[in-house]
Amino acid sequence: MASSTRGCRMAAPDMAARRTTVASGLASKLARLLRDPFTVAGLTIYAVLIIVAVFADLLMTHDPGEILFRANGRVAANQPPSAAYLLGTTNLGRDVYSQLIGGSRIALVVGFTAAICVAAFGTLIGLLAGYFGGKLDAILMRLADLALAIPFLPFAIVLAGFSRSSTTNVIVAVVLLLWPNTARVIRAQVLTVKERAYVEAARVTGASDARILFVHVAPNILPLTFLYGSVAIGWAILTEAAVSFVGFGDAKNISWGYMLQDAFVSQALSRGSWHWFVPPGLCIILVVIAGFFIARGAEDVLFPKLRS
Amino acid sequence: MSYLLQRLAHSLVLLWAVVTILFLMFRLMPGNPMAAYISEALNDEQQQLIMAQFGLDRPLHEQYLIYVWNLAQGNLGTSFFRREPVWSIILSALPNTLVLTMTGLVLAYAFGILAGAWLATKRGTLAEGILVPMALATRAAPEFWLGMILLTVFAFSLGWLPAGGANSAGMFFDSDLHRIFSRDFLLHLILPAVTLALYLQGLPLLLMRSTMLEVLHDEFVTMARIKGLSEWRITLHHAARNALLPVVTAFALGLGATLGGNVVVETVFSWPGLGRLLVTAVSQSDYPLAQGAFFVIAVVLIVLNLVVDVLYGLLDPRVSHGRS
Repeated sequence: MASSTRGCRMAAPDMAARRTTVASGLASKLARLLRDPFTVAGLTIYAVLIIVAVFADLLMTHDPGEILFRANGRVAANQPPSAAYLLGTTNLGRDVYSQLIGGSRIALVVGFTAAICVAAFGTLIGLLAGYFGGKLDAILMRLADLALAIPFLPFAIVLAGFSRSSTTNVIVAVVLLLWPNTARVIRAQVLTVKERAYVEAARVTGASDARILFVHVAPNILPLTFLYGSVAIGWAILTEAAVSFVGFGDAKNISWGYMLQDAFVSQALSRGSWHWFVPPGLCIILVVIAGFFIARGAEDVLFPKLRS
Repeated sequence: MSYLLQRLAHSLVLLWAVVTILFLMFRLMPGNPMAAYISEALNDEQQQLIMAQFGLDRPLHEQYLIYVWNLAQGNLGTSFFRREPVWSIILSALPNTLVLTMTGLVLAYAFGILAGAWLATKRGTLAEGILVPMALATRAAPEFWLGMILLTVFAFSLGWLPAGGANSAGMFFDSDLHRIFSRDFLLHLILPAVTLALYLQGLPLLLMRSTMLEVLHDEFVTMARIKGLSEWRITLHHAARNALLPVVTAFALGLGATLGGNVVVETVFSWPGLGRLLVTAVSQSDYPLAQGAFFVIAVVLIVLNLVVDVLYGLLDPRVSHGRS
């Protein structure tokens, strides 16, 4: 007991120094990230998404669910884009532009919630499996195999379709099946990090497993967590769109996927209502591609070998 | 050989686990699974009788054993909605899905590998500046949206191709093979297959490009250059061969996403395949059919992965030796 407290006291200044090197290491990586045009483009798209979602109420010109009428009292159905209806109206006289703006909120909530859960869950499992090894590792990795063997979209559709259709179920499905990708990569990284001298040093000073894991190993893993998290945002939004498109979305939340389903079943395609079904698709592409861009930039910084 | 057996055992365990999850998923769903089947007009006793017919009055573990036993015998039950054996419904949809998936995959990987290899030799050119972001964009686009755009252009605006289904109404064929090789079927196949390929080509293209970039710096490529071989020959015969392995891995890993992703493409083009069957079954609360469709999709996935793994072992002997 006495020796372990002494160990801690001796290690304290050393630890503070290490923390600053980790912090400055991360900071220099971040600075390099910000010089990468792809990453900057990705981050800009996210920034715009967040701003639009936050100020959606100000940006919307109509209530997305409201049926609009023209001056002559008839429903303003299938209107082309104009000053009054920036992107025209749906076949039931709803404003497409306002739906598009409102959809950004759902994209933001779905994308970020799922991504944070996937990254956190995957990182935790990867850390535990990689660090403790043995039986725990075997069990967790078999679970990962299993999750990857389940067809992703059908699972999400069944989960959302049979239970009460809700956005939460889509997020749950994404998290349940997407964590293994993150966990596997994190685990592999932990296997190399835990052999490093400073981890050994921490162990010698009597640091507990939890301390080594979260103070010494985890910070070195963090960039990978962000990398996989940023890709998960796109996956979650695409999954939500697909589930909504086949008709199991949450009708209360008009998401981009819901808009596309609405357009599809309302014969917008044969009517050639491009203004209705093109914008939501482009919005989805932009947000998903932002994740790819950031992942690409992060990969260049994390694994510079590939850059040459 | 022992590697093969080991992989086979692994696949069987995986299959059993998927079956178990499937059982739990459908049994623990909120709501009565028989809601679509049992009419409100029946009295309690009649309802109990039907429940007993389906074995739903027994304890959960017994239901599980019956379910696994039935599956092992290839009995997937009877569709609530169509009152037909689930097996025969699925068998009529499976060829359509397999043809669509394989056509899409082959198109995507043939194009992606060639274009990726070519792009690797074009570093810093305009072609790279345009095509790489394009490849990323098609990967980021929802497949069904790509399908909607193609559908609007080629079926509704230009009228060149049929808008949906796998065959025109009123067509009859002697056998499924005749049907699949008919001109009518191939015309219907073009749009969904191109949609799928468009969505899938981004991964092989980008992967091929980046592994090619690595390989092109290897010594044997320099050697080939010193020998005075043409640039195209070096690219294809020397570099591309060695860059292919990661693409094969991606192909295997991508199978899952492809089969699952078919669900939405099949919905857009009303393609009578497994994915669309699953969606209809779920929306009609047809539990046995949904369960059966999901099960078959999962089995196809596991079998394909097994096949690819074994092929991979043959392609690169280091894999099978390393593991056994």
